[in-house]
Amino acid sequence: MGEFEVHRVRFFGLVPAGVRCLAWQPRGDRLGLARTDGTVEVYNFAANYFQEKVIPGHEARSVEALCWAGERLFGAGLNGEITEYDLAGLCVACSVDGCGGPIWSMAINSSGTQLAIGCDDGSVKLFQVVPGGIQFEQNLDRRKGRVLCLSWHPLETHIAAGSIDSFRVLDVCSGQTVQRIMVNYHVKKVKQECIVWSIAFLSSGTVVTSDSFGRVQFWDWEQGTLLDSHTVSNSAILSLAVSEKEDSIIVGTSAGATYQFQLLPVKLSSQEKRWIRTKPFHYHTHDVRAVAHSSTALISGGLDAQLVIRPLMEKMQDKGYEAALRKFTFPHRRLVSCAREARLLLFQFSQHLELWRLGSTNGTGKDGDVLPLSSMPEHLVQLKSKGPEHIYCSCVSPCGSWVAYATASRFHLYRVHYEDDSVRIEKIPKVSKLLLPAYQLQFSSDSSSLFIASARGSVHVVLLLEPGGCRHLHTLQPPSGSPEAVYLLALSADGRWLAAVSGDWAIHIYKLKRLKHHCTVPMYSCAVTAVAIHPVTNNLVIAYSDQQLFEFSIPEKQYTDWSRMVQKSGLHKVWLERDSPITHITFNPKNPSHILLHDTYMFCIIDKSLPLPDNSALLMNQCILKQLPESARQQQLHAFKICKKFQPLLFADLLDEKCLVMVERPIMDIKTQLPLPTQQKKFGT
Amino acid sequence: MAALCESFTLCGLGPSGGVGLDGGLLALEPGPDRDHVLLTDRGRTATLFKVSDQKPLGCWSAKHGQIITCPVVCNFETREYIAVHDDKVLRIWKNTDVNLDKVFKATLSADVYRIHSLPKGGPVVLFKGGGVRTLDVLLEAPQQEIENIISDEVIKWSEAFMEHQQPVLIFATEKNGDSFVYVQKLKMNYLHKYKLERQELSKALSFTAYIKNQIITLLCLSSNDSVYKFLIPLQQNTEKEEQILPRSLLLNLSVSGSVLKGTSFVVLDKDHIAVLGSLATAGEESKECLTIWNTKFQTLQTSKELPLGTSGQIWCYEKKFFFTHGKVLTVVMYKCETSSLAAAVGKLKDSQAPDVSSFVDWNTLGDEELVISFQSQQSVALKPESRMTLRSKKNTVAKVQPDTLSVGQLLLNLKDASTTVFENELRQVMSKGQMPDFQATIGCVVTALINRCKTNPKYYPRNFLLQIVQNQDLSYSLCPDLMVVALEKKDLHLLQICLQRFPDIPEEITYACLKAFLSISDAYLQRIDLNLESVICYLDIEFNDKEVKTEIVENGFSTELEQDIWETKITKKLHGTSDGESCPVGPQKAALLNAVLRSAYSETFLLPHLKNLPAQQAVLFLRYLYYLYVKCSEKINTTLPGTCPPTVNQIMDWLCLLLDAQFSVMVMLPEAKELLSKLHKFVRAQVRFYSELNKIEGSLQELQRLNHQKDPHTYSVEVLELI
Repeated sequence: MGEFEVHRVRFFGLVPAGVRCLAWQPRGDRLGLARTDGTVEVYNFAANYFQEKVIPGHEARSVEALCWAGERLFGAGLNGEITEYDLAGLCVACSVDGCGGPIWSMAINSSGTQLAIGCDDGSVKLFQVVPGGIQFEQNLDRRKGRVLCLSWHPLETHIAAGSIDSFRVLDVCSGQTVQRIMVNYHVKKVKQECIVWSIAFLSSGTVVTSDSFGRVQFWDWEQGTLLDSHTVSNSAILSLAVSEKEDSIIVGTSAGATYQFQLLPVKLSSQEKRWIRTKPFHYHTHDVRAVAHSSTALISGGLDAQLVIRPLMEKMQDKGYEAALRKFTFPHRRLVSCAREARLLLFQFSQHLELWRLGSTNGTGKDGDVLPLSSMPEHLVQLKSKGPEHIYCSCVSPCGSWVAYATASRFHLYRVHYEDDSVRIEKIPKVSKLLLPAYQLQFSSDSSSLFIASARGSVHVVLLLEPGGCRHLHTLQPPSGSPEAVYLLALSADGRWLAAVSGDWAIHIYKLKRLKHHCTVPMYSCAVTAVAIHPVTNNLVIAYSDQQLFEFSIPEKQYTDWSRMVQKSGLHKVWLERDSPITHITFNPKNPSHILLHDTYMFCIIDKSLPLPDNSALLMNQCILKQLPESARQQQLHAFKICKKFQPLLFADLLDEKCLVMVERPIMDIKTQLPLPTQQKKFGT
Repeated sequence: MAALCESFTLCGLGPSGGVGLDGGLLALEPGPDRDHVLLTDRGRTATLFKVSDQKPLGCWSAKHGQIITCPVVCNFETREYIAVHDDKVLRIWKNTDVNLDKVFKATLSADVYRIHSLPKGGPVVLFKGGGVRTLDVLLEAPQQEIENIISDEVIKWSEAFMEHQQPVLIFATEKNGDSFVYVQKLKMNYLHKYKLERQELSKALSFTAYIKNQIITLLCLSSNDSVYKFLIPLQQNTEKEEQILPRSLLLNLSVSGSVLKGTSFVVLDKDHIAVLGSLATAGEESKECLTIWNTKFQTLQTSKELPLGTSGQIWCYEKKFFFTHGKVLTVVMYKCETSSLAAAVGKLKDSQAPDVSSFVDWNTLGDEELVISFQSQQSVALKPESRMTLRSKKNTVAKVQPDTLSVGQLLLNLKDASTTVFENELRQVMSKGQMPDFQATIGCVVTALINRCKTNPKYYPRNFLLQIVQNQDLSYSLCPDLMVVALEKKDLHLLQICLQRFPDIPEEITYACLKAFLSISDAYLQRIDLNLESVICYLDIEFNDKEVKTEIVENGFSTELEQDIWETKITKKLHGTSDGESCPVGPQKAALLNAVLRSAYSETFLLPHLKNLPAQQAVLFLRYLYYLYVKCSEKINTTLPGTCPPTVNQIMDWLCLLLDAQFSVMVMLPEAKELLSKLHKFVRAQVRFYSELNKIEGSLQELQRLNHQKDPHTYSVEVLELI
């Protein structure tokens, strides 16, 4: 197979933002997630937990709460506005001022028609969800103290609102406070204020609160009495979520632990049931700010940027792979682009870009050797995006002389001149505003044109002009139209074909010479995570989030024989059980039978000329092969050549025939950049 | 709890099918895929069904005038179908074949009783004369002669299993009301015939069997409304004589006055069987019904009335029952959960993967089931009635079936036999292996040996005992006198192994061993063969050091001179008994003491005994413990090298225990004084060391953090080879 010179890059200083809130949509099997930088993401659990939508953040738009109203997603934050997100267009659809100062909490009623917000001034306001937006409806009784958490009674008659030292129950019809309960009444250390961080209203009339003293308490709101109190930890309990059946509760603490409570009979087959703390989990190193409870799993998100999905064993029918714990730290799309010819890497951060030139070596060696460097990598340019908006996408052209990026409202194109040892960067003026929004950028291989993935299934084609300019040539659109944004692009090396993947998972192929729609790849019931067109055969290779691989011949408009063979014999079980999606596919022009691809935990070269491994064979057999003598290897060879040396892998690409670049981001490096956790249990303290 | 779910109709049956004992189907066999069944009726038709879709996938018929005499089975490996019509004509065809007349045909030389298809073993053909061939062998020469084994007996039932990748065929025959069972292992040429113990005035109606851990459990539904169990071990010496299999009652099919007249039954799991039959209550008309019984609790779990009547046959595949009900073939799904606490609490989900194979895979069951079967077996064996019947039959039975003699009786018989005969017989008993109550048997054997030792002081079967203890999982309570006798006979090797293996040695014996070990001189021990694994690694350290150092010294120095110096040093070390560094006992004694250190004990019971330890021995033991403790502390992970050395916790516990027990003696004894002060100093130094480490813990952590931050390898070019 051969040896590669691997440029192992670890200087991409990406620090993912912490998870601020989660919203579970039971009917769509989707999870809404907001990060501390205002980014909103949607994970599709049915599509193997794929991060399906990402709406980049905004400096002034923090998100404190997320709610699903049917298929619509609402957020509210400290800027005092309630925002509806356009999930097809990946942008803010509309926002309405709550008129009560910063919004700390938001809750939706069980029928999904009314939103309640809790404001800094102590008011609780009701908004009606109407087509196209929301409408102010009613102000409920206002009391002193910010409203930090809200919960509707399932019958929509009352709202529980948690504040500092107390919580209230409000009658929705009259708008009056019908009960106010002090939560720090029993505590001696009354000098410290007790913050009710999270609240839940059960249909039985029980109100569950979690507070900064580390207690989970159950109250009878009508009597105003404490039914049960569990001191879970010394640190604050920041989040709480109840299962739909109201038989299980998950809480998250500031020490990074989560606990499950279950409603269990006191005695065997007895009618009397009590809430019992059952399972402790410790997956996070930092505060668990958000938890959610799906019907089969506990979901938690922490300030350590991790999303953890912990299936409940007793709820799983299948005890195998489905019941495995999932952890997600990195985005499911790539933030790195590579200029192959110029050997440049462009790193995308939330508000700036970094352009690096790779180092080089003259040495040679055998497997595992670290070669002496003849030149060090060079940080060429840092481009800071102006304004509060975060960057949607970015790209560097293969020759390295063009750099483009886009935010929600602006599109920037730069010409980069390399003169001796210095780099001069020139902004192209008067770039058309019509090109927005842009979700993905792709330069042609000869750097003569730029393709911009845009809203409603469209792709803009822009001609790049020397010495520095551009002209909008055409907009490609699917023949039947599409409401969804295009999020992936693939361009053939000869510039004849373009494949565009939109949010409805449809893959459209365009013929670029005539700027016409060529065909559509047959629909597959899972999200597309990566596409690429082979430079020699013009076959489109597609990776889906359920780990399936397809190869589609563009000229023949059908799946290739190899693809049919793969589907017939099936992929290896271990391959299908990987839990991170393939984020990038590339090819080796010198070896047309090779497909290079990677996910977060492995890099793989698929050699189509070799037989596929069956389930009895060892999928990751590189170690064994290396120990075998040359003659014995032949029988053990199979198509999947997997390397797990580089982890976590954010990007991998082929620079030339014998040269690879791998961009890693070790978890430890992220951990050291995170602030210290608020509270951490140390041995003996 | 078991439960029957909704039923559905798979298909209607023709005139030949339907109700009544002569009607019904020939058989129902699993199809090539899951959820598929092959139905053969008593005429000339076989049909393949997809059960969940309730629809036929294929149908094949023999010509008019021909009758399919053997149920159609599927060869799971080739996915071909195999049938026999008119007793002798074998047909093999594929899914794509339409006309049965045009498919492969072979005419055999004898009548076929049944074909059994095994998921991994291929089809096996059983002839009516009891001969068995695999299909492959048969197809090589279809006209080959088939032997007749069973003369004038008639095969009533047969079944096949895979055991260690070998097909095992079992079939039951009947002659004059007696039932016989034949077990045949094809590849081993192993054929064994058993006679089933008979109950007066009753007749075997139906059989079923399963295999687990090399034991076939044969269940028999008897005409006196009971289900009996027979155990057939597969690993038996091939003896020519036929044996009588003792039976045990598994289940009585009666419930509060009403009796179930069963016609056929199937095994569902380790505790449940399903019986199809008619429930007769006194004074009422009997009703046919399908019932599930729990054999563990002897209870009727659930039942379903079948008012339209059945043919008395039932099959069960993939958690579904199939039977004819009126004019249709009905399918009933069932749930059958293990009776467990989890199920009672409601925390158990019905998530067990359905079995693909046609019979229950008993190997997947937990071991606890085995234990239960042992217990039930034992309890049956111990029942006074059964023993009495055995005695009454003794004269006739003893000759026919020596195997079924209880071990106790065998031992009784051997009481006066000569030593060699005695040992040989015992060896034979043990070699049988896998008897249901093997553990207890071994216990009896050892006890018998020990009793003989007691009566005859010159007799001591050292090697035999050693072999038993080494190879079997014995415990102290099974043979309480063994260690006492070994102590008397000073069999140190046996004691060492007992200490290592027995989990339940009383503290009194542990102490006796310790005392014995400490009192025996090293010179005597040197001649004894012991297992030195636990000491060899750390006792030899000095020796190893010497080797290594001389090698280094050789580089540029005069070897002889240096060696002289080293040797003197080493001899000094070895002989300086006051030096805490050298081992105070020889390696043999150390190995024995390690065995004591590693054995289980309870402080409360050991302490009173330890108080009686003579002062000199206590000091020696303390010295050895101190030596071990120092050795442990040399390593950063505080473990001793080698296999199974005592852990630092065990050493510390014994140190404390010994000091507690002998404190006043130690304080008074002049030679202990120095040792105690050294021990004290050493422990104090350790405590200080750890407290200092604790103090700088924060700094060390900070260093570690800095290390991570300053990782300089943010960029490197490496070579990667993919093969």
